[in-house]
Amino acid sequence: MADNVWILGIHMTDFGKHPDKDTLDLGAEAVNGALADAGVPMRDVGVMASGNLIGNQGFGQLLQKQIGQTGIPVYNVSNACATGATALRVAMMAIKAGEVDMGLAVGVEKLSGAGLLTGNAAKSEGGSWTRQGRYGAVADLDGRIGTETMPGVFAQIGMEYDHRYGGADFALFAGIAEKNHAHSTLNPKAAYRKRFTLEEIMNDVMIAYPNTRSMCSANCDGAAAAVLVSESRLRTLSLEQQRRAVKVSASVLTSDPWQEACQVLPDINTLTRQAARTAYEQAGVGPEDLDLVELHDCFATAELVHYDNLGLCEPGGAVDFFKSGATWRDGRLPVNVSGGLESKGHPVSATGIANVWEIATHLRGEAGERQIAGAKVGLAHVIGLGSACGVHILEKAS
Amino acid sequence: MPQIPLVEYLDLTDPDGPRLVAQECVSCGARYFDRRNACASCSGSDFRAAEIATEGVLRTFTIVHFAADGVPVPFVAGVVDCEGTSVRSNIVNVAPDPEHVRTGMGVRLTTVPVGTDEYGVDAVGYGFEPID
Repeated sequence: MADNVWILGIHMTDFGKHPDKDTLDLGAEAVNGALADAGVPMRDVGVMASGNLIGNQGFGQLLQKQIGQTGIPVYNVSNACATGATALRVAMMAIKAGEVDMGLAVGVEKLSGAGLLTGNAAKSEGGSWTRQGRYGAVADLDGRIGTETMPGVFAQIGMEYDHRYGGADFALFAGIAEKNHAHSTLNPKAAYRKRFTLEEIMNDVMIAYPNTRSMCSANCDGAAAAVLVSESRLRTLSLEQQRRAVKVSASVLTSDPWQEACQVLPDINTLTRQAARTAYEQAGVGPEDLDLVELHDCFATAELVHYDNLGLCEPGGAVDFFKSGATWRDGRLPVNVSGGLESKGHPVSATGIANVWEIATHLRGEAGERQIAGAKVGLAHVIGLGSACGVHILEKAS
Repeated sequence: MPQIPLVEYLDLTDPDGPRLVAQECVSCGARYFDRRNACASCSGSDFRAAEIATEGVLRTFTIVHFAADGVPVPFVAGVVDCEGTSVRSNIVNVAPDPEHVRTGMGVRLTTVPVGTDEYGVDAVGYGFEPID
């Protein structure tokens, strides 16, 4: 039986605009914060996994030159919006395999002002039609055969849920954004901390119906890092380190299995359901045991389907679940009390560690004004389109 | 005027009208619109042409108001269930608003102009339009 893995230290930078800091500054801030939180020096770390999508090759090695070149193996990972969770998994697997007893995972992105993440701008035409790519297309397909914009893809995923089960209209999706923006007002690290009324959200600029601008994740700068430790090593550390350590009860990464319809619209449901099922089995807990959840609300339409995918509600019951008020911070199962990606922000590679930081901070009882009282078990979920899904279940040290 | 289909899976040669032709895995029946080395469902590598139903039901959609430079907006993008085969398409010949586009509506295949190259060849795309 492989050793259990614990989070010894974890840190998230403020999310938002950091015009005076580059990706290395942000990464170093996150790593040094996580090491200080862990109470260990860089030389104790045996493996490093690093994620940065919009930046240099070999980002982890560049970062080591700012935090300590100790000669340990570096794994530069890339899994779209699940990159941070993938970095965590890599460090965890090295510990589980018994190769090291302490590992570091870091994710960094600078995305402020990146605007809409879409397919490429349409090329100007001229010359003769020439077939390209696996569809043998003579022109760009974005906008001609469906949409490649993320708000549009995830809008369809939410509308498909409505088609299947009913009850999810524009106002319901907007209500999810209303909740998350309201939650963000208590999070000093969130990129945006403004509460919006339902009317303001619905009357905001329409991006891809039913997602208006304030129902979309916010591009911003940010980084997050975690120091992981094996249980046997943890037991040699100070009582204070052991008290603040957070147990990783489940760590799961999945890709999307073949489904008929996933060939034309990404299926973010099946792989999330499989990841959740496996995570609950690993942790020996069920959705009813969770005190809070941070899930991948890259768009308001996505949050709805993940209530169902993560088993937080009855199958097909996500609309009623949300309408019950369960997912507000004073509800039965608070979801995205950080403000979620819609207001906390979504610096892509950092997200899959930042949501783990949020859960860990509540389990440690250190979440300040937004603390979920008595939180003992929490779940963090991310999706990277393509697709990859990361689910982590964390438990407070007993 | 010579024509060229926007994508290879759009067949404009049938006198009965446009049709979509998928590559169907011989062993498991999974269908693909792009070139595959092997089947993503069963790893089989033999494919045959399979004609897709030209009418279907709109399973989901979005109305895109904000897209990459050069992409005209607003437009309706969606997925049509063509008797069990999911087809990605724009929904055309309908006002791009949620009062006129609804999931569950019946739609049928039609063609849309894409443009003309300098040799006078018209590229022709496809869309699905409401059946009324």
